[in-house]
Amino acid sequence: MLAAFALLGLSACSPAAPQGPETKTLKVVYQKTDSYTALDDVLKAAKAEFEAANKGVTVELEPIQANDDDYGTKLALSQRSAETAPDVFYEDTFKVRSDVDAGYLLKLDSYLASWAEWGSFTDAAKAAGRADDGGIYAVPLGTDTRAIWYNKTVLQKAGIAVPWQPRTWDDILEAARKMKAADPTLVPFNMYAGKATGEGTVMQGFYQLLYGTGSTLYDEQEKKWVVGSQGFTDSLQFLKTLYDEKLAVTPAEALDANVWKRVFGEWLPKGRMGATVEGSYTPSFWQKGGAYEWPGYAKDMGVAMFPTQHGRAPGGVSMSGGWTLAIGAKTENPDLAFTFLSTALNRKNALSFDVANSQIAVRSDVAADPGYQAANPFVKDVSALVSVTHFRPATADYPRISSAVQEATEAVITGKQDPAEAAASYDAAVKRIVGGDKVIEK
Amino acid sequence: MLSPEGQPSLKVRRAGGIRRRLRLLPVLPSVLLLALFLLAPVAWSFYASFTDVALSGKAAREPAWIGLDNYARMFGEPGFPLALWLTVVFVGASAIAGQNILGLALALLMSRGNRALSRAVGVTVVAAWVLPEIVAAFAAYAYFSRDGTLNQLLGLAGVHGADWLYAFPMAAVVLANIWRGTAFSMLVYRAALADVPADIMEAALMDGAGGRQRLFFITLPMIRNSIAGNLMLITLQTLAVFTLIWVMTAGGPAGASTTLPVLAYQEAFKFGDIGYGTAVASVLIVVGMVFGVFYVRLLREAKQ
Repeated sequence: MLAAFALLGLSACSPAAPQGPETKTLKVVYQKTDSYTALDDVLKAAKAEFEAANKGVTVELEPIQANDDDYGTKLALSQRSAETAPDVFYEDTFKVRSDVDAGYLLKLDSYLASWAEWGSFTDAAKAAGRADDGGIYAVPLGTDTRAIWYNKTVLQKAGIAVPWQPRTWDDILEAARKMKAADPTLVPFNMYAGKATGEGTVMQGFYQLLYGTGSTLYDEQEKKWVVGSQGFTDSLQFLKTLYDEKLAVTPAEALDANVWKRVFGEWLPKGRMGATVEGSYTPSFWQKGGAYEWPGYAKDMGVAMFPTQHGRAPGGVSMSGGWTLAIGAKTENPDLAFTFLSTALNRKNALSFDVANSQIAVRSDVAADPGYQAANPFVKDVSALVSVTHFRPATADYPRISSAVQEATEAVITGKQDPAEAAASYDAAVKRIVGGDKVIEK
Repeated sequence: MLSPEGQPSLKVRRAGGIRRRLRLLPVLPSVLLLALFLLAPVAWSFYASFTDVALSGKAAREPAWIGLDNYARMFGEPGFPLALWLTVVFVGASAIAGQNILGLALALLMSRGNRALSRAVGVTVVAAWVLPEIVAAFAAYAYFSRDGTLNQLLGLAGVHGADWLYAFPMAAVVLANIWRGTAFSMLVYRAALADVPADIMEAALMDGAGGRQRLFFITLPMIRNSIAGNLMLITLQTLAVFTLIWVMTAGGPAGASTTLPVLAYQEAFKFGDIGYGTAVASVLIVVGMVFGVFYVRLLREAKQ
């Protein structure tokens, strides 16, 4: 027992011991999975660059191997105490405001003011890290849009002309039914649903529908959450049709958190799936060095804009998100942390991240780079969607509202509730989360 | 542990106050450790359940005291009563009925069966228990999943199996927990049956008692202590099962296999609502305590 205590004592002391004035460490926490190593590569390069320029400072890279949801949880847990909080970390844009409210993020305004390269970031990119107080707390690595990715061969076999561009929701259903009739073993048109796929469910699914009905999740003018909207029920009804007619994956497959791996790795490359709604980062999985290399993707795949419900202007919908780097509010070395952050986001590193991860560039100098424009054949198509894109409501309550939306989709595709019931449960959940005075009937 | 004996020592009572306290000294470190690692988190969990502490947002920085709001919310939402009911079903079906009765039956059969056979059965059953929980959970997942062993076997027989984890999630996790936990009950009952004196059995046999009569009037009453003890242990173990369910179904689909531990985890760490999650966990502790008190009483009655 004494020995155990001695050991505990030793292991607790060892990381603290070398923190003299000469040797400092920066802890960098980020996500890395079997199919996502682009950031790991960039941060390793940044570490070498940074350590060469700052003698005596060690960068400790601590990748967390988890999906987006679990990564967020683990990061938040580590931020609850100053001893475990990272100095620099990878943060989803939709969590920035919520985490600023929690006091986890350091305000970067004074550092950004003296960083020459900040000027090359687009205005939208600058806004991505802005919190309710107007200050900027995070710097984006890249952004993304969502589109319909379809397998041309599968569509042609069903007698659908390519390039394909559905104009309404009914066009999608019609095409999907044609594909199903041509080959009943196919998955004609997939949209994620349920809690297992987390933000993927809403970004690559429900919001594509909702924002095309003319309705919205959050009224930016009134600063209130929308409840009781017909668009919400209609969107659930569309998912129900898709799943009930077996046009999407089975509900059991949809509730598997790894379903997207089969979409990218199996169904689309093997011609077992007609189309899916996915992000602009899709080519990163198929290009050379990606998790599911597929040399034929440039020829076989096509991109279409997701249509609005009845085809009303602007004729299409997309959703944008993206990830940032931020600095912990409790860091002991804010200057060094910012130096590392700016190294990781410099032109060279941002370019290699955007190319490797098929991100839409947020630095104008990267966007103009020929290497970026030639990164994959779809860069132009998905970048054009920026004109019809929407952003998630950037409020601190958003992450919990998103969970409520995911729950509604799960209830509908499993048949537990019909769309009207699920929408009513969602309304009740929203009122509970934000309070009755912060909702608006629309 | 299952048949506690021993008289209260008179010497202790006679000893002086200081000496008595000194005698407690060796226990002190373990009491402190228990308080630090067990009691403190439980106390914190109870405390947090009265606040709105969250993983992110304003409530993460300055959690507010909200009294019984979290508990009131439980009964206003369909999620909690369903999880409570599923927990009762899970404990009732997989522990009290499944593991307990199957374990007893196996022990009885093994005590009179042929030696080689009973040894083979014993090894097979204990194998599932020896597996670490995560390994057992993956094995059960591989067995019940869509393209799993069960459906492959059914396919050989020409039957097209269902998607068990999706269509019958509760049945799948209950069966998996029976498979995993029966060995414990079996071992407890084998030890207990070995302690039933042979001469009493013989006497009953001489008096013309049939097999069923011997079981209900002699064997079961004699191992009553072990039954109560075993029930208490497996109930508390099963109440806390998380990994098995999380790996197999993650509580889904649409909450159809979400027991209280799964609900508490989801609320606290998936939805970031630590206050509500700890409130669910507190209810779980209370449920465990209710079962505990019930079985301790049963044990006490058994002794008299």
